[in-house]
Amino acid sequence: MKIRVRGLSRTFVAQGRETPALLDVDLEVAAHEFVCLLGPSGCGKSTLLNIVAGFLRPTAGEVRVDERPVTGPGADRGVVFQEYVLFPWLTVVGNVEFGLRLKGAPAAERRGIVARYLELVGLAAHAEKYPVQLSGGMKQRVAIARALANSPEIILMDEPFGALDAQTREVLQDELGRIQRVEHKTVLFVTHSIREAVYLADRVIVMTSAPGRIKQVFTIKLPEVRDRFAPEFTHYESEITRVVKEEVAKVHE
Amino acid sequence: MSRTRILALVGVLVVWAAVSYGNRMLGVMAPALLPTPGEVATVFAETVRDGSLPRHVATSLARVAVGFGLAAVAALALGLLAAMCVPVRLMVEPIIEFVRPIPPLAFLPMFLVWFGLGEGSKVAFIGYTTFFPMFVAIAAAVLRVDVTLLRAAASLGAGHLDLIRRVILPAALPGIIVALRLGFALALFVIVGAEFMGADAGLGHLIMEGRTFFVPAQIVMGALVLGLLGSIVNALLLATERRLFRWREAGATS
Amino acid sequence: MFLSSVPEMMEWGLRGASRSRRDALRWRLASLAVFLALWSVAGGLVELTKPFNPLFLPAPWVVIGALLDLARKGQLWVHVAATLERVAVGFSAGAVLALALGLLAGQVRAVRNVVEPVVELLRPIPPLAMLPLFIVWVGIGEGSKVGFITYATFFPMFVTTVHGVAQIDGRLLRAAQSLGARPRHLFFRVILPAALPDVLTGLRLGVALSFFVIVISEFVGAENGLGYLINDGRNFFLVPQMLGAALLLGLLGYAGNGLVRVLERRVLRWQHPR
Repeated sequence: MKIRVRGLSRTFVAQGRETPALLDVDLEVAAHEFVCLLGPSGCGKSTLLNIVAGFLRPTAGEVRVDERPVTGPGADRGVVFQEYVLFPWLTVVGNVEFGLRLKGAPAAERRGIVARYLELVGLAAHAEKYPVQLSGGMKQRVAIARALANSPEIILMDEPFGALDAQTREVLQDELGRIQRVEHKTVLFVTHSIREAVYLADRVIVMTSAPGRIKQVFTIKLPEVRDRFAPEFTHYESEITRVVKEEVAKVHE
Repeated sequence: MSRTRILALVGVLVVWAAVSYGNRMLGVMAPALLPTPGEVATVFAETVRDGSLPRHVATSLARVAVGFGLAAVAALALGLLAAMCVPVRLMVEPIIEFVRPIPPLAFLPMFLVWFGLGEGSKVAFIGYTTFFPMFVAIAAAVLRVDVTLLRAAASLGAGHLDLIRRVILPAALPGIIVALRLGFALALFVIVGAEFMGADAGLGHLIMEGRTFFVPAQIVMGALVLGLLGSIVNALLLATERRLFRWREAGATS
Repeated sequence: MFLSSVPEMMEWGLRGASRSRRDALRWRLASLAVFLALWSVAGGLVELTKPFNPLFLPAPWVVIGALLDLARKGQLWVHVAATLERVAVGFSAGAVLALALGLLAGQVRAVRNVVEPVVELLRPIPPLAMLPLFIVWVGIGEGSKVGFITYATFFPMFVTTVHGVAQIDGRLLRAAQSLGARPRHLFFRVILPAALPDVLTGLRLGVALSFFVIVISEFVGAENGLGYLINDGRNFFLVPQMLGAALLLGLLGYAGNGLVRVLERRVLRWQHPR
């Protein structure tokens, strides 16, 4: 297993009270697998991702990547954030080659890799722009290129398209699907969009509302290139919707 | 006061005492140069007892109050006008930009020449110094008022006067208060300088006297009293600000 | 009524329509021309009608004449150089100290806990109140003037630097770490560039404050410098010289501010590219 999460719990202290966000989560992600974490807001799916990324420490349990316990963030797990989080003082190129520079990769090698990934995300024409000059969709493409250029085997994505408008969102989903068919990364992808999850994932994991636990796992047996209007697609969509709705209803009780 | 603050205060006092009493014993520099906390306290007690410290404080505060008050009124009137009337702003802005880089203290002797050594020169100087930054900040605060707020009010039926009275003024008020607070701090900042030169009362005079008669303890005491005054006034203004603008998001002040 | 009208407010807020660069320049020049004209007229009238000694309100040409006179005698440069040197040395020392301590305090909790409360205790004391202490300690010479500028400018630059480091978006640090950044990388490639806007703001405040306080330390016991020129003018009732020196100080302060702004535009191009 590429990622192994075992008995993972995390509580936060808010206003002097301990609130459990994650409770005893077990999860395994195989190499090259694309797994979506789905659930109502506040279900701890982002917490789970942040723990795998090494940003947060678990209260109990552990995360192993390639059977080695995670102790902090590292270049082996690229992260794509919801709010892009580009370095505003660097150009598009500067952002994409950031990790390569840290490794001390020679200029010629960097140039080649950066060009390849900018081409892949369709931003070759904007290489010298600064983040403030880019639209949200373009920024997120840069963030994806930045993560990929560092060639991690794992990519962690925290609602990466959550801040985008509906059209841009679908375009980027298409692009991510295309990229994944080329790159074959191990992806852990947090979202609250059921369509997005069914469109992208090999497996969809639905989580319960707080404290977050795994409620149900769906293996999506659809072709690599998916059609959002195929009956099988809508079938998965409605089935997952039903399960998610139960959880949303619980929040409102 | 938070705990770290009190700890810091105690820490500074301890270090100061250690250094000054240590110097006394080891004789690194002339003992008079490095007054001990005890000496400063003694000077403080003496000047309070003979009534001179309260008199100096009152004199300085009166000058600051009058000068700052006049400047505040002028800055408010002109700032609002400049912000709400484009031609006035276009006319006034470059002049302000021209005068503002001149350090106000450079004009202090000019005020002594123009207004004499009496109260007039000090009050006028404080007024002159505090006017410009307050004017600029007030105009900026009014200009920052969000167009969408104006549009929302107008679509609810607000007329010209309503817009000014019910939208522009309340929306700009927090910024205006901040401007006044900064102006007051600046007044306390420069009054010292104004009282260095040709004054026979006031905290600045007291401090300068400490230099003339070589009583460093008096200088330190005067500086501490000024710092204390500044902190107290600032805390008071911040408290009123917070009370006035509870509608703002928490933590937006300061 | 010449207040902004309701339709104007609806369209632009209170800022008014944006003007072309040429238009804006024209207003600027007109405004300054009116200012100079009023000053000239006032000065001229006083000279003609003598309601009081015309020395009190010299016309612009008299002020410029006084400056030219000093320049011709070769004195002006000496004073300007003296002031500039004090400001340059004092400010640089203050900046180095403030940046070093500020960057450290911004990152190391322990340092911040020690330094910040002390700074907060000393900051409310108007720096001018400390000037006599510097004179008593270091004497009337260069030391006290330079040291005083360093002391006065340290505070705002320290505070802005700490703020610059403290406000850094934690997600930027996370992003860098998950790209493989080590602590030294974080400092040079994330913390420093992210804090730079605040640091530069601090430098600008520091420059302004240097010119602000140099004047008074040159009033009190100096043999040269623009502040000396002003105070000397007061003793001998040379109002044109006083005004001229004040204007020059303004010019220098303006230039200093401009220099930092150029630097800002250079290194902060990413904030407003093109």
